[in-house]
Amino acid sequence: MTTSQTVELTIFIVLFLAVSAIGFVAARWRRPTDMLHLDEWGLGGRSFGTWITWFLVGGDLYTAYTFVAVPALVFASGALGFYAVPYTVVVYPLVFLVLIRLWSVSHRHGFVTPADFVRARFGSPTLALLVAITGIVATMPYIALQLVGIQAVLKTMGLGSHWPLIIAFLILAAYTYQSGLRAPALIAFVKDLLIYAVILVTVIYIPYKLGGFGHIFDSATAHFDKLNAAAAKAGKPPVGSTILGPANQLNYATLAFGSALALFLYPHSVTGVLASKGRNVVKRNMSALPAYSFLLGLIALLGFMAIAAGTTPIGTDGNTIVPRLFDQEFPSWFAGIAFAAIGIGALVPAAIMSIAAANLFTRNIFKEYLKRDATPRQEAWTSKIVSLVVKFGALLFIIFLNPQFSIDLQLIGGVIILQTLPSVALGLLTRWFHRWALVAGWIAGMAAGMWMLYTIPNPKTQHLHFGGSAFALSKLGFDTTWTIYTGFVAVVVNLVVAVLFTLLFKALKAPDGTDATAKDDYTADENDPRVTATPHLVEG
Amino acid sequence: MTGPDPGGAHDAAGNDTEGGRPRRTDRSPWNWLLVIPVVVPLLTPLYNYAKPTFIGIPLFYWLQMLFIVLGVGATTLVYQVAKRRR
Repeated sequence: MTTSQTVELTIFIVLFLAVSAIGFVAARWRRPTDMLHLDEWGLGGRSFGTWITWFLVGGDLYTAYTFVAVPALVFASGALGFYAVPYTVVVYPLVFLVLIRLWSVSHRHGFVTPADFVRARFGSPTLALLVAITGIVATMPYIALQLVGIQAVLKTMGLGSHWPLIIAFLILAAYTYQSGLRAPALIAFVKDLLIYAVILVTVIYIPYKLGGFGHIFDSATAHFDKLNAAAAKAGKPPVGSTILGPANQLNYATLAFGSALALFLYPHSVTGVLASKGRNVVKRNMSALPAYSFLLGLIALLGFMAIAAGTTPIGTDGNTIVPRLFDQEFPSWFAGIAFAAIGIGALVPAAIMSIAAANLFTRNIFKEYLKRDATPRQEAWTSKIVSLVVKFGALLFIIFLNPQFSIDLQLIGGVIILQTLPSVALGLLTRWFHRWALVAGWIAGMAAGMWMLYTIPNPKTQHLHFGGSAFALSKLGFDTTWTIYTGFVAVVVNLVVAVLFTLLFKALKAPDGTDATAKDDYTADENDPRVTATPHLVEG
Repeated sequence: MTGPDPGGAHDAAGNDTEGGRPRRTDRSPWNWLLVIPVVVPLLTPLYNYAKPTFIGIPLFYWLQMLFIVLGVGATTLVYQVAKRRR
């Protein structure tokens, strides 16, 4: 280990330990009368105001992995990686009116998970189970990816073995177990201050050092021109460019749109929203969260800076590109702070995701199928234990499987979580769909998505399948080089099937479940006199 | 997916009361504003150009960053209008 790595590591450890201490203390913050209730452990008492929600949801959605992977994608492909910006611009106006309805109906009925809502809305435990399993499966690799973020940083500091990662995760598991959602909410403050400071310094200092943005983009364009010329000679498609090529414009737009549709279907996003104390908190955050999108745009540009600076990743691990750039361009004390920002940035979403997955298991599998008469105390205990299991599982993913596998799985995760769109998002807007039709749509969308992903090769790793999410329209018989986002096509298939089968089942007068929610549940606000303390679910 | 009409077609937009409480509604013509920041950032032909540059950054990048303002503006306006109507 070099001297500069020692300095980096010392600063990293000090900041990491300070944050862990905050995580443990968080249990006393806004101390509840009884922590052993899912509303407290799993939703922070449903009491967070605008500021806390902003930090919490910001830390939840804009994860360490995003901060590492987006510039890595820009570094590898150029303009395509910038889809993260339109994605996070489109998402808030898109979900604005839907999320406030989700908040209201969940507040009125005490829902903790999106599957709780589906259960009550459609009177179908089966559909709720599908939604819950989809959520858990999509979240698991996402947690694993947060570890990839920490690992990229540890690797750059010269720690190649798995032990530091295991220790970091054990600490995370311990304070999440103790403090629940309060831990990431409190840590998110520190994490964001660090991230904002690091990025603002970075986007001023590095371009200044490299001779300005003009020079950075000129070198990036020259870099891609060279790679594309070599690829053309070998008969391969172009590698990348600083503006979009003709073949990937549709992919860019559908990837941004599809990702935006998927974002608030993820259980951890819902957890962040339900933890807020009122509709106005949600609304104000729809205007305030784009501040992070601006930050993400700046971070994406780091990919081009890395090209201009001649930064190379460690081995074939593209995710080390940003840590390597920091290591190369900054004095070691500042690089240490930047690495801590990424490492701590991974802890916030990892904690929220494991809480969200645990809540899904507790509410929609344990309580529904294993112990129907579970008390709130038993629910909270189950969630606490399951959150440990979930994190342990994610850790095993990283240790025993190629990290590339987690990245592939996360890609699949985005496609599969989109298949809950008709039940959850459209279910919030209308009760028109038949419950069985939604199940049929889910199956069709899932099958279509898996098939498309299966046919996509990855030229870099030589894998024949699950190599990306850009589906070539030529495979459907179109005479074009255009590609489209797999998740978008899959959810369209899902919707078409759900609509057709709804018409069919209605014509056949198939029994539809009862809707346990009422129209004005969807506009209820805080202090509503009719809020139920213990959620009741109606038999399907 | 977010039509400006989430309350369903039968929702009375007036001041009907139920049990003495004014019935709330999310319906408003202002909600249509939300369509703009959803559609504009997806129209790649609008911004897929290198020039003009801003401090050396191609249009593709700075214009998309500027769309953030569009999103913030629309959500803020819709929120404020709804708040005043209460």
